[in-house]
Amino acid sequence: MATQSVIGQKNNKGQTFTDPRYMMHEAERTPSFFTGSEVIKEAIRRASCDVMIAYPITPQSEAAALIGELFAEGYIGDYFRGESEFAVMSQCAGAAFGGARVFTTTAGPGTMRAMENFPMWAGARLPIQMIVTCRGINSPLSIQPDTLEISYLMQTGMLVWHAETAQDFYDWILKGYMVSEEPDVHLPLALCCDGFFVTHTKDMVDLTPVDMCLPPYDPYRSPVPCMDMECPPVRMMRDPFVMKSNYISYATHASWQQEVWAAVERSRKHSIAWLDGLIDTENTDAEILLLASGTAVSQGREAIEILADEGIRVGLVKVKTLRPWPGEEIIEATKNAKHIIVPEFNVTGWLAREVKATIPNNERVHAGPHVCGGMTMPPEIIASEIKTLLGIKVQTLSARGS
Amino acid sequence: MIKRRINIRMSGLGGQGAVTAAHVMAMAASKDGKFAISNPFFGAEKRMAPAESYCRIGINKIYDRGELVFPDVIQVFHPQVITMGKSYTMPFYSGIKEGGVVIINTDMPLLSDEDVNRLKELNVAVFEIPGTNIALEIAGTELATNMTMIGSVSGITKCVSMQGLEAALQERFGKKFVASGGTATLDEAIKKKFAKKEMLLKKNLETVTRAYEIGAEWAEKNNVELQVGVAA
Repeated sequence: MATQSVIGQKNNKGQTFTDPRYMMHEAERTPSFFTGSEVIKEAIRRASCDVMIAYPITPQSEAAALIGELFAEGYIGDYFRGESEFAVMSQCAGAAFGGARVFTTTAGPGTMRAMENFPMWAGARLPIQMIVTCRGINSPLSIQPDTLEISYLMQTGMLVWHAETAQDFYDWILKGYMVSEEPDVHLPLALCCDGFFVTHTKDMVDLTPVDMCLPPYDPYRSPVPCMDMECPPVRMMRDPFVMKSNYISYATHASWQQEVWAAVERSRKHSIAWLDGLIDTENTDAEILLLASGTAVSQGREAIEILADEGIRVGLVKVKTLRPWPGEEIIEATKNAKHIIVPEFNVTGWLAREVKATIPNNERVHAGPHVCGGMTMPPEIIASEIKTLLGIKVQTLSARGS
Repeated sequence: MIKRRINIRMSGLGGQGAVTAAHVMAMAASKDGKFAISNPFFGAEKRMAPAESYCRIGINKIYDRGELVFPDVIQVFHPQVITMGKSYTMPFYSGIKEGGVVIINTDMPLLSDEDVNRLKELNVAVFEIPGTNIALEIAGTELATNMTMIGSVSGITKCVSMQGLEAALQERFGKKFVASGGTATLDEAIKKKFAKKEMLLKKNLETVTRAYEIGAEWAEKNNVELQVGVAA
């Protein structure tokens, strides 16, 4: 076991392993005009990834193909394509069991197909990072953005973060490894964004220096012995619990599930430090608050500006992490609000439900507007919904020009 | 009208370069020191299917993204957008803001009397430009149609400068650019039309410049003023 720090040493591409806090918080940034997919590539270039496994199908982003280029350039230890999304996620598990820093991407139906693997990753304490560029999952088929799949991921025991912009995405890919590889966390991260709105949009992003990269993953920081099938936290394969019906097998399974969720909770302090809090807030003394995650935050910011021009003041709560869930923070941020508007890019309104389950006097929560199946949420629609809620007469927007 | 932001909706068909056009416009605006965001919207990639892209240019940071439902400018890259309804909205000008501009690539009138009247009621100016003909004439390929659309909207609104456009074109076509399979194939196709990469850049730029001049002249003659900036 190495006892010397790798910080300051160079990798075979000439990048210097840099203290992540210096790299992310202090190093000089270069503004670059990139699509979200290109930004994913640039983050991974600096992430010292050992293995990337790809299933580069539509609907996805160009990220999987772009990272193939990175492999060709020598920035990734190994790169290969899986046979299906299910196979990819299983192969990711294998690579992580073997002590590698693993990266993959998925979206929409692909996420759903691979779903069985995610609670397995969490239970096996594999700090894999999976980019989820959310797309519609239901029939009739769609390849357009829709965030319904996040609500499934929230129950897997993975960390789940929801990025608003390409800048969030860039920073959080790198910071995400730092949080999920902490020994008291050691869990997979689903880093989500709204597909198309982030992946295919060209936007200005500040990048860290290309000659700096994260220190490599140290598998000895794993809180559990490397779990092959002979050496799980308890024996998993030769005498799996599923084959047993006795108290000790139930108790082992139940306590381990609790431990996984306790690890999600323990990630809180690291996420707060790296992300500067689990939520961002603006003007929370306003009577009307807009609470959202992902692209809905961006659309909300524009709606807030439209309403400000009309003399209506609206505050903002941006939810950055969904797991861990920022319950205390949301209770505090919403304590003055009379109306809490929760716009979402999905039909069920899962974020509004989480908020309702969290705060006192939850009749203050207004779930909506909702768009789904790839529809856009123009800021005008959010502004109009807020005005309707306040009893202000609004023009019918859909009639304009048609 | 001088606005803090101009929203441009580009309605085209798959393979015409509407996505590239929006990216180039946004890149140019950003080189001019303005704020810009561009994004496309399309289904499974295929030629001649509806494909839209959106470019937002302004003097403040832009958060809005996704389909542009209430645009200031609508550009029609192909007559079929109108004649066959290959558009994400019906009619194609649904949602256009009052005082907006519609730019159509056509060499013959396509709008019905009803369309003409509705657009007039909304004080929307309509500019028809034979973009594909200009592309064939100057660049020798209809693949440069998108350059005429970039040029015309820039000439009319001045939302990006010719210097900004030149720098953006250099960035987009001057070096290796990784995109989806469909876009990469089209990039290869257009590169084969020209002996050298410099030639491709030169012809593209000439096409943009010509359309810019035509657009600027039309806007001046018809008193069409729609610009990005701080309102006086």
